[in-house]
Amino acid sequence: MTTSEVSRDDLRSFLESMWLIRAFEEKAAEIYARGKINGLLHLGMGLEGVASGAASAMRRDDYVFGGHRAHAHAIARGADITSMMAELAGRSTGLCGGKGGTMHLSAPDVGFVTATGVVAGNIPLALGAALSAREAGREQVSAAVFGDGAGQAGVFHESLNIASLWKLPMLFICENNGYAEFSPLSDHTLVERLSEYAKTYGVPRVTVDGNDVLAVRDAIAEAVQRARAGKGPSFVECLTHRLRGHYEGKKSEYERSEIDSKDVVRIFERKLIESGDILRDEATEIARLARERVEQAAKAALDAPWPQADQVTTQVLST
Amino acid sequence: MRTLTYGQAMVEGLRELLESDDRIHIMGQYFLGLTPQRALVGELAAEHPDRFYYPPIAELGYLGTAIGAAMTGMRPIVDLATASFMFQAWAQITEEMANIHYMSDGQTKVPMVFHFNHGIRGGGAAQHSHSPQAMLWNTPGMEIMLPSTPYDVKGLLKTAASTDNPTAWGDHVKLFMMEGEVPEEDYAIPFGVADIKREGSDVTIVATSLMVQRSLAAAGKLASEGISVEIVDPRTIVPLDEAAILESVAKTGRLVVVDECHRSCGVGAEFSAIVAEKAFGYLKSPIRRVVTEDVPIPFSPPMEEYVEPTEAKIIQAVKEVID
Repeated sequence: MTTSEVSRDDLRSFLESMWLIRAFEEKAAEIYARGKINGLLHLGMGLEGVASGAASAMRRDDYVFGGHRAHAHAIARGADITSMMAELAGRSTGLCGGKGGTMHLSAPDVGFVTATGVVAGNIPLALGAALSAREAGREQVSAAVFGDGAGQAGVFHESLNIASLWKLPMLFICENNGYAEFSPLSDHTLVERLSEYAKTYGVPRVTVDGNDVLAVRDAIAEAVQRARAGKGPSFVECLTHRLRGHYEGKKSEYERSEIDSKDVVRIFERKLIESGDILRDEATEIARLARERVEQAAKAALDAPWPQADQVTTQVLST
Repeated sequence: MRTLTYGQAMVEGLRELLESDDRIHIMGQYFLGLTPQRALVGELAAEHPDRFYYPPIAELGYLGTAIGAAMTGMRPIVDLATASFMFQAWAQITEEMANIHYMSDGQTKVPMVFHFNHGIRGGGAAQHSHSPQAMLWNTPGMEIMLPSTPYDVKGLLKTAASTDNPTAWGDHVKLFMMEGEVPEEDYAIPFGVADIKREGSDVTIVATSLMVQRSLAAAGKLASEGISVEIVDPRTIVPLDEAAILESVAKTGRLVVVDECHRSCGVGAEFSAIVAEKAFGYLKSPIRRVVTEDVPIPFSPPMEEYVEPTEAKIIQAVKEVID
């Protein structure tokens, strides 16, 4: 990781963004353990670098479509964390009024168009946004974010083909954490690097260390530039580590001793302190502030009222 | 008034939409299947080359692309050709298209139309003869139109393309050559408004799509025997004009449902249930369903006829509810 070409303010912003995501998910895990969040909770601790890196390389009016583990991308784009936490808790003040929940967050006003709970289901949606942006001459780019588990789905391949064929301003952002739900990637495919698929379809590709937020940012910035210039889609594979289990309550695939060395937030923080870009006290303060913000958000979310029964029938169709 | 074929009315509707709204784009080109009139779609595409996309045979991918485009400002009209191919796109239709507006609490609209040619068209066998409208109806979050005349297809299409909801648009291949009056002036048919295709007093038939035409033919023959049949065509099943169905049953006291879906959980089953629940007191005899049998559609012509709702079966059912 080279930090020399990046301003201290930018480095600080990355750390703030990553800590905010981490604090949000730590709090969500805690609330979930107390039984205050319904259903399954899929956390992405360890993937913060991809979200922060991607968001910093994209414009506010660009589109991001997340998967079932997409809290990080919503936060990195700037979604309101109080509304997000309220949505996780099923409250009326939630981002989706309690109709979506953790896997279906939607904040189109900050370019986080939607998340989907169906693995690979977001990829063609992102193609569509790329198509409409191009047709309207808006020079926006569209990104689908997915895990390595999506690579074996048919629609992943259909989408790569269409994106390449129609030269869409599209980013395939793969968070390759080596595990599809509960299984190591090797149980599902002999292909270790998902970016290999992109080669077949003639889509420019790169594999980067997802624990290096600046490398992620650079790779995505290059892909964005290509897309805006009308040169079509790119595939950015980020090698990452998901530090929690597939869902909360399930043990992590990693040993406790491994986790610290694979933790992107700690790695980044250590590097900044070692390089002298930030003081240890400042880093501590950034983390503390993030936790304080999240604490307030969680309190407001859990104090908010439940949705009323008559809201069940609204928004089935647009009227 | 001038007369157009169903195919001509449909393509005229598409042409007017392309000319009036530049957000409308068309994906796919088999709106008229492989029937003789398919060249009409080709002509339209030649007039608007920059508004047509020809996707690879990857329904899941391109239907999903249309959804994403609709979510972000386009108003795509997507053709899935034969209804049976819809199942390739099923995950995007049921998981994404129908849910996004609801899941986002109305933040994101999905203004798109997807077209399919449904039903038994002769020799389609089990994999080219589906009528999946009941399966779609079981998926809240979309509107469903099933036109039965040239006038209706054009007028309903205009409404479908102007709403902010996803619309499923099912045509029957056997309607394409049918002729009917279509005004020169612009018009749109609102959704949720049934059309009484024939007035009568003895028996109500509720039918959609091709089954309206088949019921009209049966009603003509029954009239010569002194039996007066009223035919209610809901035109859209979501939203459904329940009142029109219930009013007709209140008048006649008898109901025959004619529907090309399979018997179990079909569109006809739902019409029957609504009447049984809300107009039971008016019924003078049990409801009869003339529907496709619960078997895959067979290939051989006599086998095909055995499983589908035919004019003879409609006539027999009407006579049974009167006896």
